[in-house]
Amino acid sequence: MKFKGGIHPSYLKLTAGLPIEAMPLLERYLVPIGQHIGAPGDVVVEKGQAVKRGEPLTRPAGFVSVPVHAPTSGTVKKIADFPHPLGRPQLSIELEADGLDAWWESAAPVGDWRTLAPAALRDAIRDAGIVGLGGATFPTHVKLSPPEDKPIDLLVVNGAECEPYLTSDHRIMLEQAVDVCEGVGLMMRVLGVGRAMVGVEDNKPDALEALRRACPPDLPLEFRLLETKYPQGSEKHLIYALCKREVPAGGLPMDVGVVVQNVGTAAACVQAVRDGRPMTERVVTVTGSAVMEPRNLMVRIGTTLQDVLDHCGGVTGDLGKVIYGGPMMGMVQFDLECPVLKGTSGILCLKESEVTQFEGRACIRCGNCVDACPMLLVPSRMGVLVERSRWEDLGEACVTDCIECGSCAYVCPSRRPLVQYFKRGKLEWRAVQRRQDSHA
Amino acid sequence: MNTPVKDTVSVQNLIVSASPHVHAGQDVRAVMRDVLLALVPGVLVGLWFFGLPALVVLLLSVGGCVACEWAACRLLGRRSTVGDLSAALTGVLLAMNLPSGSPWWLVLVGAVVAIGLGKAIYGGLGMNPFNPALVARVFLLISFPVQMTRWVVPRGPGTGFDAATGATPLGAVKEAISLGRPLTAVDLPGAGDLLLGDMGGSLGEVGAAALMLGGFYLLWRGIIRWQIPVGFIASLVVVTGIAHAAAPDRYLHPLIHVLSGGLILGAFFMATDMVTSPVTRRGMLVFGVGCGLLTAVIRLWGGYPEGVSFAILLMNAVTPLIDRYTRPRVFGAPRRVLFSVRRGS
Repeated sequence: MKFKGGIHPSYLKLTAGLPIEAMPLLERYLVPIGQHIGAPGDVVVEKGQAVKRGEPLTRPAGFVSVPVHAPTSGTVKKIADFPHPLGRPQLSIELEADGLDAWWESAAPVGDWRTLAPAALRDAIRDAGIVGLGGATFPTHVKLSPPEDKPIDLLVVNGAECEPYLTSDHRIMLEQAVDVCEGVGLMMRVLGVGRAMVGVEDNKPDALEALRRACPPDLPLEFRLLETKYPQGSEKHLIYALCKREVPAGGLPMDVGVVVQNVGTAAACVQAVRDGRPMTERVVTVTGSAVMEPRNLMVRIGTTLQDVLDHCGGVTGDLGKVIYGGPMMGMVQFDLECPVLKGTSGILCLKESEVTQFEGRACIRCGNCVDACPMLLVPSRMGVLVERSRWEDLGEACVTDCIECGSCAYVCPSRRPLVQYFKRGKLEWRAVQRRQDSHA
Repeated sequence: MNTPVKDTVSVQNLIVSASPHVHAGQDVRAVMRDVLLALVPGVLVGLWFFGLPALVVLLLSVGGCVACEWAACRLLGRRSTVGDLSAALTGVLLAMNLPSGSPWWLVLVGAVVAIGLGKAIYGGLGMNPFNPALVARVFLLISFPVQMTRWVVPRGPGTGFDAATGATPLGAVKEAISLGRPLTAVDLPGAGDLLLGDMGGSLGEVGAAALMLGGFYLLWRGIIRWQIPVGFIASLVVVTGIAHAAAPDRYLHPLIHVLSGGLILGAFFMATDMVTSPVTRRGMLVFGVGCGLLTAVIRLWGGYPEGVSFAILLMNAVTPLIDRYTRPRVFGAPRRVLFSVRRGS
């Protein structure tokens, strides 16, 4: 099945052929306590305390919360507000490495996932601090705990990696194929589903083949090559492409009996349970024409951007933009002192000349955005409504259904900053709704 | 050459903006340039048949429109939009809609009306509800009917100066019918002449083949979608075909309808004007079919011999309505009955 709309950007997967390399140990790491969607954990270490690699630095504060762990052994130097990739400074733990990189004694294997109870697996996943590694960073144990009234019959595994430039999932599928397959099996056990489908874009047939070969015979995984089209990796569109189910507007995958997990998340789950390894590192694609040596790196959580870029030979003098994630939906960075987080799938460095200025001229109603929108919205209309501050009309225009994939802005000949408009429009529309509710 | 920089001060000077961070590369100027390029064959055929006077009309029209655009931006205190080439395109399209021997003042009045009344008063590019070139054409047609229907009949290349004047094929037919004469009494050009453009008319009414070539280029480039030209031409063929089958001595063969008058120019270049036509695919089809039906009605039973301009302008007026009722069903929204608008979520 193909979904309607979408675009075919230049993929520029510069690092697809480069194996994952581990970054050498550094002297200093900066671990923000909030790296996921949900409440940040409560800090459980003190200034001056010695910690070891994999030791929790925070304790979950509620159900939708996970701990963060020490990326290496060393001393807690400072617990204070530091620059954070989301823009607002956040409470972070500065760690001075002792160079020994000793593992925490309690970071021991949990057991065999094939025999452990689903509840025990879920706890192990939470304690390992695992979140959606595709970039959404929603705590994985929560996604694996669907409410009783939402029966799940299918696990969808996202190996689409539709963002240009990024190759971290591609490399994980090639190099950690067994872990990915086992991780899918583990998640199926937690969810109690008998069916799982793995979707990979057809520009990575080698990844799908690697998974197929690595798949244990007792796991009933279904592998599917999907059309290479952005945003194939969007949850709703991936589900539609794989099993033709349409997630209702405003709904979640579990409304159609599906849970979606990223391939990297699957591998991380099995590594946590089988090896007792919490999330202290992740694969990051460092790429773009402004970085000297593009690479796929195993980067410890808490490594600063500056350290990663220095390890990749530095950046060019005409560096214009640094982005966490891909060029379509990635988040722009403003400070190279910001650390790599659990959700950092890539670090994209664009030259100043490559950066598109969305200057926002008048809409010429060409209809390109209407053809490109995978949600089948009319972005041209929504853009004009935002420009004219007609917030109360945005509901009828279905602005809340926008997934902010950027396809509309990508094809807009007037270079209108449509995604920015819709982010604003959503906030304003919700404010209108709140006012209406309070008057009612 | 890539030179590594480790100086923290200079690399901290980062550009910050919302996603997406890349673009397909197209811009308004490129779109307009493509349309202008697509018009080249049609313009060349027109110049070939009508000679120097046609070139004068073309240059005056383009120059007038561009000057008006510049002046309008100046008056409104806005950044000049001459560079986006949309005014130049309006100029070419206006020239294609005028008789080749039009007096200079007629062309300039047309340019002022097109850009001033057709576009600038609404707020410039993207804001105008009606096709500016057609607003000017209809304004001139109603205000100066004599000058606007003094057609030069081409006598072949290079004879522009002493060409005779005569009626367009559609005009001759309308006149014959009003006098009660059968169509067989009218001296009509053959299909070959129509295709190549050997007949009376405005610049853009001749050379259907050359214009179609440009139209196909725009389709191939993805600048226009097939829904408007196909809906336009097909619906015209159906209606005029039925009329012709019922009364061949009163109604022309549909092929002549397609190849004469402003139909090809209208279907590929005027009705497809992005600003004034629907944005949805279904809407484009409705729009095209509406243009074809109205053109057929005006040509067959209306007071004017040619109805393409009026048909497009009338459909321009209902474009917002068409857009409203042809919105696609949002992904994940409930299936709905035809033509009902989904209410807020």
